[in-house]
This record gives sequence, structure tokens and C-alpha cells, in this order.
Amino acid sequence: MHIQEELNERHVLSLTVANEAGILARIAGLFTARGYNIDSLTVADITTDHAISRITIVTGGPPKVIDQIIAQLERLVPVHKVTDLTEAGPFVERELALVKVSGTGEDRIEALRLADVFRAKVVDTTIESFIFEITGTTDKIDNFVALMRQIGLVEVGRTGVVGLTRGKEAA
Amino acid sequence: MPFRSSGRKGLPRTQGKDFIVAEKSGADILVECLIDLGVEVVFGYPGGAVLPIYDALFNHPKIRHVLVRHEQGATHMAEGYARSTGKPGVVLVTSGPGATNAVTGITDALMDSIPMIVLTGQVATQLIGTDAFQEADTIGITRHCTKHNYLVKDPGKLAGVIHEAFHIATTGRPGPVVVDIPKNVQVATAPYQKPEAFEHASYRPQIKADAKAIDTAVEMLAAAERPILYTGGGVINSGLEAARLLRELADMTGAPVTSTLMGLGAFPASSPQWLGMLGMHGTYESNWAMNQADLIVCIGARFDDRVTGRLDAFAPNSRKVHIDIDRSSINKTVEVDLPIVADVGSAMADMIALWKSRNHHKADLSAWWKQIDGWREQKSLAYPESATEIMPQEAIAQLYKATRSATDVIITTEVGQHQMWAAQHFGFDAPNKWLTSGGLGTMGYGFPAAIGAQVGNPDSLVICVAGDASVQMNIQEMGTASQYRTPVKLFILNNEYMGMVRQWQELTYESRYSNSYSDSLPDFVKLAEAYGWTGIRIEGPQELESGIRQMIDTPGPVIVDCRVAKLSNCFPMIPSGAAHTDMLLDPSQVSGSLSDEAKALV
Repeated sequence: MHIQEELNERHVLSLTVANEAGILARIAGLFTARGYNIDSLTVADITTDHAISRITIVTGGPPKVIDQIIAQLERLVPVHKVTDLTEAGPFVERELALVKVSGTGEDRIEALRLADVFRAKVVDTTIESFIFEITGTTDKIDNFVALMRQIGLVEVGRTGVVGLTRGKEAA
Repeated sequence: MPFRSSGRKGLPRTQGKDFIVAEKSGADILVECLIDLGVEVVFGYPGGAVLPIYDALFNHPKIRHVLVRHEQGATHMAEGYARSTGKPGVVLVTSGPGATNAVTGITDALMDSIPMIVLTGQVATQLIGTDAFQEADTIGITRHCTKHNYLVKDPGKLAGVIHEAFHIATTGRPGPVVVDIPKNVQVATAPYQKPEAFEHASYRPQIKADAKAIDTAVEMLAAAERPILYTGGGVINSGLEAARLLRELADMTGAPVTSTLMGLGAFPASSPQWLGMLGMHGTYESNWAMNQADLIVCIGARFDDRVTGRLDAFAPNSRKVHIDIDRSSINKTVEVDLPIVADVGSAMADMIALWKSRNHHKADLSAWWKQIDGWREQKSLAYPESATEIMPQEAIAQLYKATRSATDVIITTEVGQHQMWAAQHFGFDAPNKWLTSGGLGTMGYGFPAAIGAQVGNPDSLVICVAGDASVQMNIQEMGTASQYRTPVKLFILNNEYMGMVRQWQELTYESRYSNSYSDSLPDFVKLAEAYGWTGIRIEGPQELESGIRQMIDTPGPVIVDCRVAKLSNCFPMIPSGAAHTDMLLDPSQVSGSLSDEAKALV
């Protein structure tokens, strides 16, 4: 007997939740307990009174599972609203990464040239290294990191995705 | 002890009493809240971290405390109390082992949607995280087995949390809520006022169904040729009115009715429209009717794997309507054509009203009923007779017969063969009379649940149908029943096996009975005597009727050790992973082994 796996779709979910102790554990725990995937998860409070946080989760699964994930999230008492940005219409998603690259001579120049193409900023430098700050979609950052790997990638830090629907209305 | 926390700095404590609402300790605030919320009984066990609360309860004139023998017992008693009275069950336990012992009962209440509030003591706030004596991360441990949980770090917030906890436990899809209260929060003082009615910021269960969905459902029902109502525990949770509406809906449409294990009693077993329970050990007619129906209306049930069997063969030619208050139950395992998120009572009331206003009449379902009567001919609940041994099914049938004249009978069960036989052979005509552990399947549930039900219903005849193995899982609660003089009857179908495990081993593992024999059983009659109970042994068919009569007529708690046929199996049965149409009706159909795919399923 072999265990079969199903095909996954990538979805970006945006949640507003009460900013209370344990909320992140509640959500992360729901994903592990029910066997759902988390590709990335970001969280920060978004109101002046610090009462509400926005959590953005990139997850994957067959459409039926995505629907179930949303229903399960909505069932949590401190969750105000769940929006599936992928389904809700056009939306903007961004991720920020810090990318440390080392090298000298031609490699150093090539790194700067590529950074320029990707509109990455230099935020730290030594004689033998740079740290680039880059924002964009997950794909764009993946591509930038892949190129830097060939030049002299040292390490990467990524924030995970945040997103909002396009247009003047709140989701 | 005034409470020091950053949030309360600068309060006018020193300016004289005129400025301050009367302050109470956290423990007193908790007890005040329980009174304000109408709590009459608390099931609990004291310990270091709840001593202030126990002191506040000392000789309390309004709140009765039932001292259990093990915290798991307290949780199941609270479940039995809740399920039989419709009120939430309240549990009070200490930190650390008190809380961890409660986890099984909390999980059981989550799976079966039982309203329960569990108050746990915790070490003082400044000790949290230091591995203090009897410290456990109760909030972390219970996060995924509660509907919601709270750690209260400020006595000023305790009243609000307690009221909110009751609100969440008892509304929407009910469930257990844990409130963890550090010991210093119980001792420290804060002003107390009864909280005003509030609307929760994010928790708002949908009660009323979408009108368009109701419209569609009514038209689907009116047009159906082979409809079936598939009902579940949600009807019972929704309240007595929902059970009445279900009868009206069934009467109005003429549709057959089946139910899950959790829903038994919501629809009367004495009705000609009743098909019996469905699923793994359900009747032939209910499972075939589900398989052949053109419309399934699922009311407060959740397409559990015990009900559906093999999913790709489940009710293949039907359209499905699913009414549930929990949206996550809809389309979880079975995709439905019409989801209706609502309280089932409210949705049924809307459907009935619309049906009447449209002047729909009972459709001619005679062809459908003829088909159903054909399946009924199978007599799938029939069992072999024996002159020498008590057949366990016969024991339940006799128990049912003997208690029919009693005005109010509540049956609880443990988990296993006896549970299924009780579900099959005992007829329930009213809701809240059948208490069993369905979702989690907790051995050790039934006996404490019976005590809890008896506490809530002192005049009812409460019988726990148990197996020789399950009953031992919380047998220590005999002391609780003695102490509070709850006259529960413990009816043990003793076959000296963990019968359901043995049955699966017979079906799947060529009768290799690995560790399923109940060796070294206690002498249950002597055990009864040791606790001041009455013990009765029934050894043969000729003693069955009189033994049951004696049990009913004996005041006080009674154990009946009913020796039944050792190797009886529970039929009909749909093996794990099989379709409804592949039902096994008797032992001759058992091959003794199953495929690896089937073996991998529970």
C-alpha cells in the first residue's frame, strides 16, 4: 500500500484577528493539527489601539482543502475575518528580503548590476560584501536569490508575504 | 491582597471607601459569576492551586459541589449533566495533573459538541513558566481540544471572562471552554459588578438561515421522490423545540428518518417513519435508503466516517442539503448541493412555515416506502437465539421492555459492542435521554456520565449500559455515587472481552485475539458490596428478566454483572472503508481478513 498525495494550489489568506496572547499559536496549531501547509506567515498589529492584528498566510492545497482551512479559521473565536486574496479578485502581494552576498572584483560589480535590475537597495557594505534589501513578489525574490547564489550568497532573511486587495474598498 | 499589575496602576485605592465599588477576591468573584449564570452544580476535585475557590465554596448555600474521585470523572459527569438537562456542565480542577486529567473529557465534549466550562487552577502569575510545582501549560495543552480557552491574569477581568466563557460554550455549536485562573488572581481583589449583556467582537454564530437557501431546500424536498432526513446530535443541541420541529417536518413531508448515534431520541423510534440508526452498525434499511435516496436532508449531522463508509460510494445518486450551525462541518468530507448555515431548529421552523405557505402537500412516496419495506424485510437487527446463554442483544431488548413503563429513563453507555447493541435495541422516543461518547469514543465515559445525569435529574431512572472492560476505566467513581446517593444502575454486559476489539480481530486478523481478553476481572458483586452498593449477578437466560426487575426495584446504586455470550458480534456491520451496500449481516459473511487499505482505516 502506498500513500497518495493530492495536487496543491497556492492561496494567500489575509486574516484580521484580536491581538491577544496565544493567537498565533492558535492559528499555527490549527494548521499542524489538521495537516495543512504554511508556506509563509506574517503577523503585526494594524490598529492604533493595538486591538487588531493582520495575519497573512500563504498556504497550499486542493480547492476543497483551502475552503476547509478558511472555515476552520473562521471558527476560531478571536478571528474577525478571513479573506482569500487569491479568490477575492486582483490583489497586491509583497515580501521583503535581506540578502547578504560576498565577493570581490568582477563578482562584486555583477552583484551590483543585478541588484540594479531588480531594484534592490544596498543597506550595508564592507569591502568584500553587500546586504541588499529587495521587495517584491515571492517569485521575484526567489529569482534574485537564485542569481546571487551563483555570485556568492552568504545568507538570506525573508519576511514572508503580506497582501491587500486592489481598489479603494477594504477586503 | 490588592493586585499589582501595570494595567491597574494609579487606581484610587487610597482615597477612601466612598470612591470604590466593593472589592471581592477573585475566588468570590468567580462564585458570584457562577450564581449569576444560574450554575447549581460544580463537579470537581480540590488541590493546591484552587484552594481559594474551594474556600469560597465552603458550605455554599446555592452551589452544590460534587466531589469526584478522578478529574476525568468530573468532566464526563459534567457532560452527562449537560446532555441530559440542556444546561452547561461546570468542572473545577486544580493545576497540573488536575488539568491534564481533565483533557480526555474536554476533548470528548469538543467532539460531541457538549457545552462545558472547565475552571482550572494555575500557579501564581509570577511562577508561570518556571516549572513550578504542579505547573502545566494548561492553555497550551487544551488549546486544540477546547472551543476556546482563557488565562486570566487580572481579577478585574475575571467576571467578563467567565460570562464570555459561558456564552461561547453554550451558543453556536456548543463545546468546552477552559478558564485557567492563577492562584494569586483568586486571592487578589477587584471591584465586581455583574457584566451587562454584550456582543462579542468576533464571535457571532449564524442562527438564521439564508431565506433563498430555505426556499431552495423546500422546493427540493417537495419535488423529491426518494427523500430521507439524516439527523444528528445538532437537533438535540438545538433544544426540545428542534426535536418537535423535526417531527413536524417528517410528518409534513412523509419522508423516512434516520439518525446518527448522537441524534438518537430526537425522532421517536416508535414512529413508522423511523428507519433506525445509520452507519457502520446501522440498520440495513437506513443504509440502503441513504444509498438509494434522490434527496438527503442532513440536519445537524456531519457526514462522519462511521456514517458514510467508503466516500466515493456514499449516496451516489442523491442531491444533498446540509443544515449545520458550523460552516466547517459543511463540505468537509462530503460535498453537498445546498449548504445552509443555521441553527437547525430555526432552519426547520423556516422550512415548515414556507412549506405551509406554498400549500405543498405530502408527496406520494408509496413507491419509495415499498422499497424501504423490502429492505426492512431483511430484519438486519435479528440475532440468534440461545437457551443456554444470554445473547447481549436480548439483554438490551429485555432492559428496554422492563423500563418502558418507567416515566423517565436515561441511558448512558461506555464504548464498544454494548454501546452499539444499546443503540440498536433500545428505542428512544425523546431527546436528552441517550448519552454516549460518539466522536471521541471514550471508554470510561458512560458511568460518570450516568452520575452527572442523575445529579441533574434526581427522579429519573438512570442506567449505564457498560462492558466489562470499559466500566473499569472510571470505576473509582463508585465512591462518588455512594457519597451523593445517586441511585445509578450499572448494567454490565460481561463477555470477558474488549468485545469490539475482539470482533475486529476476528474480522481482520484471523481471530488472533491479541490482548483483548479481560483477564483478572474483579468480582463485580463483591465490588458493589465494598462500596455499599447492591450487586446482582445474572448468569442465564432464565434469570434475565427477574434480574433486571430486581435492579430497577432496588433503591440506591446497583451493579448488574450480566454474563452474556462471550463471542457474539455486533451486526449488521459495514467494515471500515466499505460501501453501504457491502454490509455484513451475519457471521457467515466474515472472511477473517481484510486488505491493507481497509486495515489502515480506523
